[in-house]
Amino acid sequence: MINLQHVFKEYPRTGPVLQDVSFELLKGEFCFLTGHSGAGKSTLMKLIHMGDTPTRGEVRVSGYNSARIKPREISMLRRKIGYVFQDFKLLQNRTAAQNIAFALEVTGARPAVTRTKTGRLLAQVGLASKAEALPSELSGGEQQRIAIARSLAHDPLVLLADEPTGNLDERATTGIFDLIRTINASGTAVLFATHDLELVRRNPGIRVIELDHGSIVYDSAEART
Amino acid sequence: MSYSLREALNAFRRAPLLAALSATMIALSLFVVGLFGLAAYNIKLVISRMEERVEVVAYLRDGAERADVNNAIREMKKWSEVRDVIYVSREQALAKAREEMKEFDDIFSGLESNPLPASLEVVLNPNLKGADVVRNVANRAKLFPFVEEVGFGNDWLDKVFLLRRVAAVATLVLGSAFAVVAALIIGAAIRLAIFSRRDEISIMQLVGATDAFIRRPFLIEGMITGLAGGVIALIGTYTAYNLLGTSLFALEWLPRLWTIGGVVAGGILGTAASSIAVRRHLGEV
Repeated sequence: MINLQHVFKEYPRTGPVLQDVSFELLKGEFCFLTGHSGAGKSTLMKLIHMGDTPTRGEVRVSGYNSARIKPREISMLRRKIGYVFQDFKLLQNRTAAQNIAFALEVTGARPAVTRTKTGRLLAQVGLASKAEALPSELSGGEQQRIAIARSLAHDPLVLLADEPTGNLDERATTGIFDLIRTINASGTAVLFATHDLELVRRNPGIRVIELDHGSIVYDSAEART
Repeated sequence: MSYSLREALNAFRRAPLLAALSATMIALSLFVVGLFGLAAYNIKLVISRMEERVEVVAYLRDGAERADVNNAIREMKKWSEVRDVIYVSREQALAKAREEMKEFDDIFSGLESNPLPASLEVVLNPNLKGADVVRNVANRAKLFPFVEEVGFGNDWLDKVFLLRRVAAVATLVLGSAFAVVAALIIGAAIRLAIFSRRDEISIMQLVGATDAFIRRPFLIEGMITGLAGGVIALIGTYTAYNLLGTSLFALEWLPRLWTIGGVVAGGILGTAASSIAVRRHLGEV
């Protein structure tokens, strides 16, 4: 479903960020993406989200190819990709429910559909009682749950989680990780970027790809074969 | 209310001063166009009215033979530009002058002899009355030996035509200059609006809103600003028309199509300016 073929990415000022990265993420798969800060994890996710194009190589996501995708198709593709960040990226002047509804509203969903789905997503992330709370009134873990709920608004095929537990304490980290595992269990593939090796160690059955200086230095899927 | 319209209206609430400035600049540019348009339209009306009254008068030499004159009248009536030729005798000319200029009655009464010449008043066809046509008929009439002088008011006619051209050029130059300034201010307003909504825009891009959807509120904002500017300009032009009409000249108000066109032009200008600004600045988010 996600396939990267010999992907290179260079920026004029910083030089090479990704070098000859190739891997495939299957439908419904869960994969950790590890590596030090600056290893290229976020850039890799940005390329999958078609927020940027590779300098060389191809990124294929759900039938779309980075070399040929049109601007309008990028919008359609992004509805199939959920994306959550370390800093949540919630709109501070909107309530939890409004933040989730926003994702539906701006993609043309009817008001009735938006209302129903927002309620269901709030319940799914366990925050039905906090619908009217502003982000500033929620804990870090709760804010990340709202961000996850928003990312699920279009029933994505894959969830890109870029250090989603980076700002959270251990208890909240476990809660968020369990929530994402549940989402994965219902069929959504997950690419989970983290530098929290303890979290990786606690989940030994999950595939791990390690990036170092822009290159894949370890892929547990290949190590097993 | 749709998301796009709601967001466009919110923009006016967020930065009312900038929105007012944008609308004022569009209003100023269209007001200039409106004023000169009013002038050009009235000059055009004056010209067409004058053209209706334009006639060539051929003044005859003393002692012109009536038979020659009658032959000339018959010939001139055959010219395609000429509808009628009327002979005005010296006595008729004097009577007409006394009738038209009653304030000089004493002078006319004191005259020992009639100083006015006989003349031929050449009435032109209404559909053939350009300045060139008038000049051409006058030159041909002058060729009759008994015609001493031909009058057709060519000087003022040329001046009125020149005035109309000047008004048109001034409208174009000043209107365009103000329109460019208005477009720049709208661009700045849209840039500010994009900046103030950058978080929302980046979330919209993140969750798959189309570019067209993201742009729409800004285009609506530009269109509303432009239409508001157009309406303000219309009110300003109408006020100027009333003031000038009551104090200086009797003016005709512009045709409805022109006024609607002016307001629509404001809307188009506003939409175009914001469209350019959005394309330039959306990538900066």
